[in-house]
Amino acid sequence: MRIDSIEKLDKWRKECRRTFEAPKRKVIVCLGEGCLANGSEEVFNEFKKLVAEKKIPDVTVESVAKTGCHGFCALGPLVIIEPDGTFYTKVSKGDVAKIVDKTLIGHEIIDKLLYTDAKTAEKVANYEKIPFYARQQRISLRHCGTIDPHKITDYIAVGGYAALGKALTTMTPQQVIDEITKSGLRGRGGAGFPTGKKWATCAKAPADVHYVICNGDEGDPGAFSDRTTMGSDPHSVLEGMIICAYAVGSHQGYIYVREEYPLAVVTLQKAIDEAKQHGLLGEHILGTELSFDIKISRGGGAFVCGESSALMRSVAGEVGEPRAKYIRSVIKGLHDQPTVLNNVETYATVPAIVERGADWFAGIGTKKSTGTKVFSLAGKIKNTGLVEVPMGITLREIIFDIGGGVPDGRKFKAVQTGGPSGGCLPEGKIDLPVDFDSLTEAGSMMGSGGMVIMDDRTCMVEVARYFLSFLVSESCGKCVPCREGLYQLRELCAKVCDGEATEEDLALMERLAKTIKVGSLCGLGQSGPNPFLSTLLYFRDEYLAHIRDKKCPGGVCRKLITYAITDACTGCMACISVCPVHAITGERKKKHVLDKNICDRCGSCYAVCKFDAIEIS
Amino acid sequence: MAHDLAKIQEIINRSPQSPGSLIAVLQDIQREFHYLPCEALEATASSLNVPLSKVFSVSTFYNAFSLNPRGERIIRICQGTACHIKGADLIQEQLVAGLGLKPGETSPDMKYTLEVVNCLGVCAMAPVVVVNDKIHGGVRCDKALKLVKKD
Repeated sequence: MRIDSIEKLDKWRKECRRTFEAPKRKVIVCLGEGCLANGSEEVFNEFKKLVAEKKIPDVTVESVAKTGCHGFCALGPLVIIEPDGTFYTKVSKGDVAKIVDKTLIGHEIIDKLLYTDAKTAEKVANYEKIPFYARQQRISLRHCGTIDPHKITDYIAVGGYAALGKALTTMTPQQVIDEITKSGLRGRGGAGFPTGKKWATCAKAPADVHYVICNGDEGDPGAFSDRTTMGSDPHSVLEGMIICAYAVGSHQGYIYVREEYPLAVVTLQKAIDEAKQHGLLGEHILGTELSFDIKISRGGGAFVCGESSALMRSVAGEVGEPRAKYIRSVIKGLHDQPTVLNNVETYATVPAIVERGADWFAGIGTKKSTGTKVFSLAGKIKNTGLVEVPMGITLREIIFDIGGGVPDGRKFKAVQTGGPSGGCLPEGKIDLPVDFDSLTEAGSMMGSGGMVIMDDRTCMVEVARYFLSFLVSESCGKCVPCREGLYQLRELCAKVCDGEATEEDLALMERLAKTIKVGSLCGLGQSGPNPFLSTLLYFRDEYLAHIRDKKCPGGVCRKLITYAITDACTGCMACISVCPVHAITGERKKKHVLDKNICDRCGSCYAVCKFDAIEIS
Repeated sequence: MAHDLAKIQEIINRSPQSPGSLIAVLQDIQREFHYLPCEALEATASSLNVPLSKVFSVSTFYNAFSLNPRGERIIRICQGTACHIKGADLIQEQLVAGLGLKPGETSPDMKYTLEVVNCLGVCAMAPVVVVNDKIHGGVRCDKALKLVKKD
């Protein structure tokens, strides 16, 4: 069915809503990436099978629905029973029969599968009451986990493409730009450039062709929110792009998706096909003068292609090397034409702003960073997953109240934000309000919203070395400060890790870092030294411990530590089988012996020992 | 290794025959053969009217492309930040020792290829190992070798 007027769209929405809301009770199975890896597809199929067999009066096969990611990936596979909101965690295929019998037929709640509150140790039955969800405010992720990403009818049922209808029929392109400008929306990709200003500049740039590109090259290790949005709510991204196309006068758009996200490509392509089929994309969208098409451009697995000019060269089929940006890409971008490039999260936010108004959005968050931001919580934190919170919330609230803090009774040491371009913030900065400007001031950055939590068993010098190695392998090699500078900085950092550096080396590293920042062509090099500079700023004592005392306080750097087996050893043989260099010998139920001359201090034994019998000194 | 030239040409023909299709064509070829055979690079260059040097430049710039044949089972260890913090190095140590392969190498019997990737965006499940596109989360270093060898 082709939707060529607002009236038809409204009529269709009513039909979609009827189907969407028809089942009185629903079994919602999360098929997000995290849950899938834990076998949620089997859980979904088992529900379908058993529900069909049992013939329950108010639960039919149609009641079993799949959705995209719910965000609470730590506890997957997740199953929610609506309308009660009963939230089951870590559901296995074997649990399904029990859920069908007890909950679906018997209306009983199975305690064992409920979430346990980390602080009160109480079971929480309803997902809205779980602190992880209760503290969030979802705008960009508003549909993630509530709709089936493969069904356009689900998206229409929850109000999809209404913002597009509003923009096309009641607003001029200039009014759309003004609304976005007034909302204060800043680019969610990391740099925080005002979106309205970008659109206005592009719209004014004289040219026959304007392009709209969505940056789905979420290269920052530790960030996975764009993957979730593309895979769980693809139409929001498309709708945002179409509104942008209307505002800037574009007829062709591209979504650049990184090579590592094959499922997102499939979901987006399906969404594009369905939108085209219904006249929401392609020629004469909603029966208006606007014609706009979107193509998917798959990346080739190069981190630097997240940079705007490199990305545009890659879309054009070239090697993704950045260029000097004397002329910005909004004036001369893809094929030298004016181009708007925004991130996935930015586009997904646009329909909400158009629909609910700039004032509503500007009322959330802080004055200079309006709205909400999605963060990917990972690393040494209990509740790993995705959270969307108003800007201005403190790191403490995100990490401890929502994230549940550090697991295994260990101590919080640092949080890494902004990926390889960002930095590490220590405990002293934990009450910092999270917004674009305060993170930059503190020596880190928002980036694409990755937050990797580190505990006291992390060596900050080693973390800096890790990021530098990442950047060395991802530098495109075009400019010398980045290609050679980062390499030398990494080598010096490795020297510190090995306990062979001097304080002169450290001074040299600081000078080198500043040169790289000033001399590099693109963002990769300009921000490349940040992980080193921020760890040095906040953890200088750790650098000095490596240099002066030849000690690694985190117990990580191999040349500065030794492992030993203590009397707590029960002789379980676990460490013997895991040691890659066969340095441990012994018999079952007898204390094992570690030969320090053979041991290469990888820490495998420490990782597998269940009795805390491995000592690091 | 000789490859079916007709098959290669069929893959190339799926995309518009212009220089802009270069990356897409190479991706399609890589998906079919798991690497880029020499014949395919030559055929791509002449079909898309791009110098062979440029085809080579693009195929060596992007991490997704491999110029060497890869094994039946492609094992990728994620070395993203979250995986790194949660012990990806230990997994790598086990797999390197257990398979006798360094990252980037393929076993002589063409059974295994060991690779390291920078981030797969499944950080909540860290540490992660991917075996032929199947994602395994929360991998323990002592179970890693068994996991990748399991059928």
